[in-house]
Amino acid sequence: MEEQKAIDIHQLTVAYDAKPVLWNTSVAFKKGKLTAIVGPNGAGKSTLIKTILDFIKPVTGQIEYFVGKQSSEYKEIKNHIAYVPQNSTVDWDFPATVLDVVLMGRYGHLGWFKRPRKKDKDIAKEMLVKVGMPSFSNRQISQLSGGQRQRVFLARALAQEAEIYMLDEPLAGVDMKTEHIIMDLLKELTKKNKTVIVVHHDLQTVEEYFDEVIFINQEVLNSGPVSSVFTKANIEETYRQDRNLGEEEDT
Amino acid sequence: MWDQITLLFKDYTFQIVALGTGFLGLLSGAIGTYATLKKESLLGDALSHSALPGIGIGFLIIQSKELTGLLIGATISGLIATAIIQLMSKKSSVKFDSALSLVLSSFFGLGLVIMTHIQGSPNAQQAGLDSFIFGQASAMLVRDVRLIAIIGTIIFLLVIVFWKEFKLFAFDSDFGRTLGFSGKFIEFLMSTMIVLTIILGLESVGVILVSALLIGPSVAARQWSNKLGVVLPLAGAIGFVSGISGTIISSIGNRIPTGPSIVVVLSIFVIFSLFFSPERGMIVKRSIHKKQQKNFMKQIKSLEKEHGK
Amino acid sequence: MTIITEITLIAVVVSIACALPGVFLVLRGTTMVSDAITHTVLLGIVLAFFVTQDLNSPFLIVGATLMGVFTVWAIETLQHTKLLGDDAAIGVVFPLFFSIAIILITRYTGDIHLDQDTVLMGELAFAPFRRLTVFGIDIGARAFVTMMIILLVNVGFVTLFYKELKVTTFDAAFAAAVGFSPVLIYYGLMTLVSLTAVGAYDSVGSILVVGFMVGPGLTAYLLTHQLKKMIGLTVLFAAVNSIIGVRLAFAFDSSIAGMIAVVTGIVCLLAFTFSPRKGLIQNSLNRRKRQKEFNEKIKKVY
Repeated sequence: MEEQKAIDIHQLTVAYDAKPVLWNTSVAFKKGKLTAIVGPNGAGKSTLIKTILDFIKPVTGQIEYFVGKQSSEYKEIKNHIAYVPQNSTVDWDFPATVLDVVLMGRYGHLGWFKRPRKKDKDIAKEMLVKVGMPSFSNRQISQLSGGQRQRVFLARALAQEAEIYMLDEPLAGVDMKTEHIIMDLLKELTKKNKTVIVVHHDLQTVEEYFDEVIFINQEVLNSGPVSSVFTKANIEETYRQDRNLGEEEDT
Repeated sequence: MWDQITLLFKDYTFQIVALGTGFLGLLSGAIGTYATLKKESLLGDALSHSALPGIGIGFLIIQSKELTGLLIGATISGLIATAIIQLMSKKSSVKFDSALSLVLSSFFGLGLVIMTHIQGSPNAQQAGLDSFIFGQASAMLVRDVRLIAIIGTIIFLLVIVFWKEFKLFAFDSDFGRTLGFSGKFIEFLMSTMIVLTIILGLESVGVILVSALLIGPSVAARQWSNKLGVVLPLAGAIGFVSGISGTIISSIGNRIPTGPSIVVVLSIFVIFSLFFSPERGMIVKRSIHKKQQKNFMKQIKSLEKEHGK
Repeated sequence: MTIITEITLIAVVVSIACALPGVFLVLRGTTMVSDAITHTVLLGIVLAFFVTQDLNSPFLIVGATLMGVFTVWAIETLQHTKLLGDDAAIGVVFPLFFSIAIILITRYTGDIHLDQDTVLMGELAFAPFRRLTVFGIDIGARAFVTMMIILLVNVGFVTLFYKELKVTTFDAAFAAAVGFSPVLIYYGLMTLVSLTAVGAYDSVGSILVVGFMVGPGLTAYLLTHQLKKMIGLTVLFAAVNSIIGVRLAFAFDSSIAGMIAVVTGIVCLLAFTFSPRKGLIQNSLNRRKRQKEFNEKIKKVY
């Protein structure tokens, strides 16, 4: 039986200011799998995620999203995609508590005007328990460590109760405890047949953490199960210096 | 002194002016919270300075000091200035604050050129220029107060209706967009509210100080709570009290202009909050720091003893 | 010397004196701090006047300059508390000082030779009539002499500390590592800004000064990548802007300082649009060219 796809990308080209960042890329993310996107700096990893999230309009190519059986447009399934940005550049002194931030994950389901209800608050609190921070709900967000902040943003994504989760380097600069909590939660999600896509920087832990891997350097070089695709040859090919065609770095 | 104040409150002109500056303080305090949270407080300063040529051109076109006409002119020139600042800082390597300073002073200069030209003499006082530069609260009329009240009510309704969305976008606009809210629409609403608030303040507080009314109350209020639901109304309240107190002081005192007097009262709130806030105030922080240092020294000493120094 | 010539001469000296420290403000991105200073030195001037009782006293200049330095310190202290945003700290400090200054001026208008109009736009038109006499000898317009001295101080500072200014502006951490204190140079620069603002207030007013400081430097910044060329161009633009501004002000019968600020803004916008290096048009041409090449590349692939 062929594995189900969650996201199918066809011949995608993305450019900033007429400078190509991703070139003629076709790749599929499998449903219910934990997939790592791996590649050197400026390879277009974040760009790929942002294009999937409809932040950036591609020059050419299509992205199909499969939440039910049918392929859909981004607009139809946006509430089913959750996103954890790369070390968020938010104002940490914003007058908001940890619970406030996690509750924001519910806003998409609420839609315009409606206020969060008890049910939403319960979900938010439940997610805080999951990331191991139930006692922090009334803390102001500036009083958290880097790892705790990352966990709060994960809790916010979990509160979206989505089908597809996209995380941009969630393990960068966090402590070991946070790393384990995050990876356990992501594995738990895939057990419920949710799709998890992670931009990952640490090649050492790919085999331990992930089911699938996608090598990317301005185009997808290799993709597939970690067991067969995560080979020395493929890593070397992706990280070869001269691959970078002298284009500007991904922002 | 007390008699003077009670007498003052019975005075019709004072009632109008105090109501006007109070409303204005309330409005700019509350809306200014969004401006400071979005780190756009200095943009407000540039916008208000840049309103001056619009007031002058508005006067040249309608040939009267009819407030609504002048304020429309002010809004247009303020928006043009903001557009130039955004264009310069986004489309070139010019830094945001350089663009801000340049546009602010050039537009203000243009305002002075137009106003002095209207007057035909370098003395701007007779052209009524001062009323918009330093504000002239005492000249407020009932219809001015009504204008502030009407626009203020609309803005507050917007805040209530879009509370969740404004909070989301003020905090993390990228995340807001992934949730499917129209970022452009929300940002447009927020900017419009801020612009209208500034424009309404021009007549009574003046182009130079109106941004202070936007920034001060929310900075003070922020020190007392970690919740936006408390900070925003509290900032409004601080603005309201500053507006009325400033007006009282300027009415009782001899030759004290209203705008600067409001700013001084407001600044007292700010300074007090920064020092004495029970959770994050500078004094509390200092004593915590000292305690930590003491504990640390104790630990070191006990360690030294243990190791039999 | 005709009045117009003398006014032009004063305007040129004021503009160059202001523009010189402005070069480094533009490069550092601290122009709004200088905007705050130009507002708060007014309080310094008023307070110093109460002590010296003489608007022409050199002690007044020193006292008022200290107020500018105090402003920088106050803003930095507030910023370090992290209790409020960096820009909000600027927006909290200068309105307070400025407001106090305006209240004092309004209350004691009769006693101080200062009024709100002077504060706003100075009186370049009257500058030639205020003479400076030493031992009964007329040595020139007071504004001219004062600003000439301040100009020389600015030139001296930039020449002496050129290397330090350059390295601390470019890379503060590196500068600190090789032994130049960025804090010291920063405060030195801000003292100059403050001194210049004090000297210039009665010619151009305390609100327009920032335009005189930022405008020419920013124009030059848009035209060249080299610091030395940038300084040269800055001086050139400062002079040209004020010559054109004075002429136009007389033609339109309007505020001279205001007109110079307008010309400065327009010239800078022209540079922003047409600069062959960083201009809007050049950028958009470059982009269009890249887009064309890119489209051809796409056609080949698909």
